[in-house]
Amino acid sequence: MSILKKLATGFVAAGMTISAMSGFALADGHGWKPNKPIDFIIMAGKGGGADKMARLMQAIVEKEGLAERPLVPTNKSGGSGAEALIAAKSANDPDHTIMVTLNSFYTTPLRQPGLDVDVMTFAPVARMAEDTFLLWVHKDSGITSFEQWLEVAKSEGKNWVMGGTGSNSEDNIITDFLNDNFGLSMKYIPYKGGGAVAKDVAGKQINSSVNNPSEALGFYESGDMIALVAFTDERLPMFPDVPTLREKGVDFSYFMQRSVVGAPGMSAEAEAYYSGLFEKVYNSADWQDYKSKKSLMGDLMSGDELMAYWKVQRANHETILRASGAIQ
Amino acid sequence: MRRAEIVTAFILGIFSIYLMWKSGDPPAWNPSIPRFANIGFDETGTPGSGFWPFWLGFIMLICTIWIGINWVLKRSPQSVSEEPFLDDFGKKMFLTVGGGLIGFLVMIHLAGFYGAIFLFMVYYLKFLGRHTWFLTLTISTSLPIVSFFFFDVAMRIVLPKGYLEPLFIPLYDIFL
Amino acid sequence: MEVLGHLFEGILIALEPVNLGLAIIGVIIGLFVGAMPGLGSVNGVAILLPFTFVIQGFTGGATSPMIFLASIYYGAMYGGAISSITLGIPGASTAVATTFDGRPLAMKGQAHVALMAAALASFIGATISNILFTGFAPLLASVALNFGNPEIFALMLLAFATFAGLGGDDFPKTIFSICFGLALSAVGFDIISGEPRLIFFDIQGFSHGIRFLVLAIGIYGIGEMLWTINTSRYGSSMSNVEVNFASIVYALKQFKGAWKGTLIGSFIGFFVGILPAAGATPGSLMAYGVTKMTSRDPSKYGKGVVDGVAAPEAANNSASTGAMLPMMTLGIPGSPTTAVLLAGMVIWGLQPGPLLFTNQPDFVWPLIGSFYISNFVAVAVNIMFIPIFLWMLRMPFTILAPTIFVLSLVGTYAAYLDMFDVWLMVLVGFGGFFMRILDYPVAPAVLAIVLGPIAEPTLRQTLLQYETFTIFFTRPIAGPITICAVILIFLPAIQLILRKMRSKA
Repeated sequence: MSILKKLATGFVAAGMTISAMSGFALADGHGWKPNKPIDFIIMAGKGGGADKMARLMQAIVEKEGLAERPLVPTNKSGGSGAEALIAAKSANDPDHTIMVTLNSFYTTPLRQPGLDVDVMTFAPVARMAEDTFLLWVHKDSGITSFEQWLEVAKSEGKNWVMGGTGSNSEDNIITDFLNDNFGLSMKYIPYKGGGAVAKDVAGKQINSSVNNPSEALGFYESGDMIALVAFTDERLPMFPDVPTLREKGVDFSYFMQRSVVGAPGMSAEAEAYYSGLFEKVYNSADWQDYKSKKSLMGDLMSGDELMAYWKVQRANHETILRASGAIQ
Repeated sequence: MRRAEIVTAFILGIFSIYLMWKSGDPPAWNPSIPRFANIGFDETGTPGSGFWPFWLGFIMLICTIWIGINWVLKRSPQSVSEEPFLDDFGKKMFLTVGGGLIGFLVMIHLAGFYGAIFLFMVYYLKFLGRHTWFLTLTISTSLPIVSFFFFDVAMRIVLPKGYLEPLFIPLYDIFL
Repeated sequence: MEVLGHLFEGILIALEPVNLGLAIIGVIIGLFVGAMPGLGSVNGVAILLPFTFVIQGFTGGATSPMIFLASIYYGAMYGGAISSITLGIPGASTAVATTFDGRPLAMKGQAHVALMAAALASFIGATISNILFTGFAPLLASVALNFGNPEIFALMLLAFATFAGLGGDDFPKTIFSICFGLALSAVGFDIISGEPRLIFFDIQGFSHGIRFLVLAIGIYGIGEMLWTINTSRYGSSMSNVEVNFASIVYALKQFKGAWKGTLIGSFIGFFVGILPAAGATPGSLMAYGVTKMTSRDPSKYGKGVVDGVAAPEAANNSASTGAMLPMMTLGIPGSPTTAVLLAGMVIWGLQPGPLLFTNQPDFVWPLIGSFYISNFVAVAVNIMFIPIFLWMLRMPFTILAPTIFVLSLVGTYAAYLDMFDVWLMVLVGFGGFFMRILDYPVAPAVLAIVLGPIAEPTLRQTLLQYETFTIFFTRPIAGPITICAVILIFLPAIQLILRKMRSKA
């Protein structure tokens, strides 16, 4: 009965408000609010770290009833994120289009100049976390320290195989750095997802990886995989015995951003709304719990501060890609 | 059908050549790499990014030539068939139904999925199926309504609304 | 015996009213989502994932939400067969093989036999798989770990080999179709070089690749439908099965002939399903191929044999339970659906991995218990709904056909939320219609586009790592699989030569 009644009211309301529709969104005077479902683009395929996180955010929004309209997640992993960038750029309603990004947010526009995407035109909604990287090997390799790893990897030369997600990706960048800085010649095998990489280290198909903690945690807990070094500034609380590369005297750290951005052309009011929304998500118990369990770092960041962060990061990536010959 | 067989083989042959050409594309960021540099094996013996599609395209091309030879020698049933590829009914059917589908697609961009479903169903049921107006309108209106509740409301899959979007905003208010 | 005790406790928990209720609701949702062309288990599970957070809020723990999602998964696997048989459109890649014989059976007025066989075979497949899962999960997890890239490529080769005989009589057209599907699977993005490739006419829509469903729905939903309208001259209806008790009993009796396919499907499906990255589709194809090869009269296949429906259906249900294994014990998804389930487990605060069985028995055993329960629920619900699906088939074709067109377009959009795919799907459908008239076999292309994206990267990853082709023959697991595949591929040629030699002699 109530559904029928709702339906009837709906149609009556529809009929009456057609003419007055344009101002509908601002009708109640409490600033901007979404008036239709929000396109929530995920710049990665189903099941990856970014996807898990995006679905967690969506679930938190749903559970706590934070948004007026549902977030509708869409995975657009094509072209290493190119598909997602294009979709956001050409969104016909930028106020209702937001996107979860990772570091391909910087690298893909650099690698595919034909896309004509300038990431600085995206609205800085919120940086939700920074994912960390560690160097992993199988426990049966007998390697227990980073120095020992360097020795073995050096003597094995190109027979030492490193697996990672994708080409010219985060994992590849770290591998290239290790090769250049320590005079190694490890072979890098690109995989489709981090889970498959971790599984192949645990199955001894490849020698080592630079997985995110969330991808390798299962095998770490079972004792199959051990972490040798962390690519962070300080030791991770979850891995207190794992030294950082900085402690080894090398000035290098690398993170994966987990940010939510708004489509280019988003209005300032909408941007403020989404920043507020994701601040609530960030402060929720579920998000904080996830962050500590998966060893994520990085505090909430938005607005100009996030813009500045992107600028630095993009410049860094440009330097790295140029050095490795992945762009000219 | 004899003519259609060779025309199709020819078009597919052209497509195979295009596929091979396209497989050899140099990467966008570095046009100085020559075309077809990626269709062989690299120094480690690994096939390049164009290897798989290029050689598959090559086999496809061989197949279309083979189909052509069969056609010349009249060895395949289609190459000796006297039947027309599409008879008058077929041509008319393809124009009306296929054209209807193209119209459907265009209407999705203008009137959204729900408007387009309504128009397509009216068109098909009334003008192709020759059903009564009562039946036509019953099905044509109920299908979009059921779809709205299934997709937009229950599954949270928001279908495009085109220029009819303002009509749906009050509905979002109620159901989402 | 310890296992049996755990299992018994698990089943008791799964039978608690809340969990049983969730299982029933989940199965029904899954059945309908799966029966929609375009939507499969992955959509159902992904869409209801946030809702499980709400369930968790009520019940606490991850057990009830997981039972809910797992039963959607189950329901959808059953439902996939329904659109394959009644509409001839495989709603998901796992159900392609079901159309080969399911559709001809429906056309012959035996839709009820096909639907019944699909339901029962699914049930048996899932049950066998559940038993194997319960008994040997940790052991099988270590088998899955030994499957690296060379092994997966070898397996893809074997899958190809088993359906090599699937094409038509026209040899160049069959080869063309296979290569066409494989080549299209390379469109989009190359993960090894990190470059976009084959972006036809520089249209950005191709950057995400040509999706399986675009090809499958285009060919089966649009192409085949146009062809049917053309040959039947707007025909009257697709099937005239009387829906009554006698026809159901008749359908049940027909299933007797399908025990072999069911068994083959159940075991092949399970073992392919537990392998990472393979998933249910290769399993169901191989099951169909093997059943056909080992049958006394392979020529009947494709024209409507009950075994030809039972084998892939038993396999895809069996494989979907199997695919839970690498997801839970290795933390890697074997299919898009398990990828979403994996995300779910992480959201509920579980850590998939080798220790899941030891650390989280309160989660694992009720879940396994719920596999058994959901399976019973699914087969019962499915059989109850068969008359409704049969009734749908009795609609005049001039109503059914436009409805199928609408479902094809909406389904394609719903699957990927991309209008480009919908346009491409319709154009593929037109192409498929012309190909159909000229007798190009289309099934090999549809299957190739499923296997291609697994086969090509694993081949290249292997060669990149080992730098030699012989690795496919020398690794202990990959070797035998590759040799089998090679023999099977050349079998038709060898037979042909032998026959010619004999006829000359």
